[in-house]
Amino acid sequence: MTNDQPFISVRHAKKNYGALEVLKDINLQVDKGQIVAIIGPSGSGKSTLLRAINDLDPLTGGEIWLEDMQINKELPHRQYEKHINKVRQNIGMVFQHFNLFPHLTVRENITLAPKMLKGISDAEANKLAEEQLAKVGLSDRIDYYPSQLSGGQKQRVAIARALAMKPKVMLFDEATSALDPELVEEVNLVMKQLAEEHMTMIIVTHEMGFAESVCDRVLFMDEGIVVEEGPPEVIFKNPKNERTQNFLRKHLNG
Amino acid sequence: MGLDFSVIPGYFDALLLGSLWTVAITLSSALISFFGGILLAVIALYSPAIIRYPFRAFAFMFMGTPLLLQLFLIYFGLIQIGLDLPAFVAGVIGLGLHFAVYNSDIIQAGILAVDKGQHEGARTLGLSRLQTIRKIIVPQAVRTVLPPIGNNMIALLKDSALVSVIGVAELTLTAQLAISNTFRPFEFYVAAAACYYVINLGLEYGLRRLEQSIQTSR
Repeated sequence: MTNDQPFISVRHAKKNYGALEVLKDINLQVDKGQIVAIIGPSGSGKSTLLRAINDLDPLTGGEIWLEDMQINKELPHRQYEKHINKVRQNIGMVFQHFNLFPHLTVRENITLAPKMLKGISDAEANKLAEEQLAKVGLSDRIDYYPSQLSGGQKQRVAIARALAMKPKVMLFDEATSALDPELVEEVNLVMKQLAEEHMTMIIVTHEMGFAESVCDRVLFMDEGIVVEEGPPEVIFKNPKNERTQNFLRKHLNG
Repeated sequence: MGLDFSVIPGYFDALLLGSLWTVAITLSSALISFFGGILLAVIALYSPAIIRYPFRAFAFMFMGTPLLLQLFLIYFGLIQIGLDLPAFVAGVIGLGLHFAVYNSDIIQAGILAVDKGQHEGARTLGLSRLQTIRKIIVPQAVRTVLPPIGNNMIALLKDSALVSVIGVAELTLTAQLAISNTFRPFEFYVAAAACYYVINLGLEYGLRRLEQSIQTSR
């Protein structure tokens, strides 16, 4: 990879449901190790953009690249399935509602994909689960079922599960929005720790404080376009666009 | 001629053996109906129309015709096309497929009730569609629909009496043979009923234990 090639690159991304355009010509570049926050009102297209990156919500136009590989390239159906399953192993995703597998223990949640997709042994998989759980501070919960965990703990397990695939980039889709306020911090701490390890992250969030303190760059989206982007100190302290100003006034004082 | 239950002990061994056959038929058909039900449900929900419609027609054949007739057809009818199945096998296949169709309907509802986020969670890890269905969706669906499937299995146990007509020496046929020797229908039908009742209690107990053991993992 040459230095001037971005790690992740979204080029002219478009997405519409019938006549409704949710993404209108979005361009985004993320360098390796960068942490980008996407903020904006609900319905602005920020989650759709994030979900397009691993093709959960396929674009209707434009390209998405991870290093030198196009994620959403046109292939016959079967080949595309193979391709996208490979691609997704490199992209960790964390959801608002955790999406842990309730019929599996924490250990099994974490080891399922590495065992199935990377063919590692049970012993290796167990070691991997222990490592990842230690990282999110939940080593003592390894044999619990998700229903026995708090929301914050569930989300930390979900992060551990995604990390166990050794992804190149992590996507966070409002990872703390469904949590009780007192549980948000434990998840934020794990994300901060990832930031310190220079994990490439794209974070859709409603938490302006977190975006400001952790992210290298902030995108403000509204009505399917990137209205304004820049370093957090500029976006939060000195936004140029009126829509950004209005949005932040509501969110920072509310 | 009054009632005389003293004839029963002489047939204790026969009734026990008949009960064991009934249990064997029930468990074998239950397994077929369970896994067959999963297979039919997955085909109904996920396969292309060219596979789905023939299977739906096949399923409706089992749902829309009497089980008794199906047993006759499998046991007596298939011989004509060179398929001479032992009575036990024919009975198990008939019962198993018949209840597989009923289970399939229930399991389909269970699959549709699994949260969409489960599918997304699995796919973002890189699992294929089939891996996701097999490891994530179906196990959860089966857990939620276990109680109604259990009810079907109790119905299956009772309907297993029908295979007596193709000559499987299970509980009902055993009772009939005893009656033809002793001319004591009341006593032996009551005895057989009591055996069904006890087997059913055992089945219910087993199902309840199974439900309890998966409570935390739902």
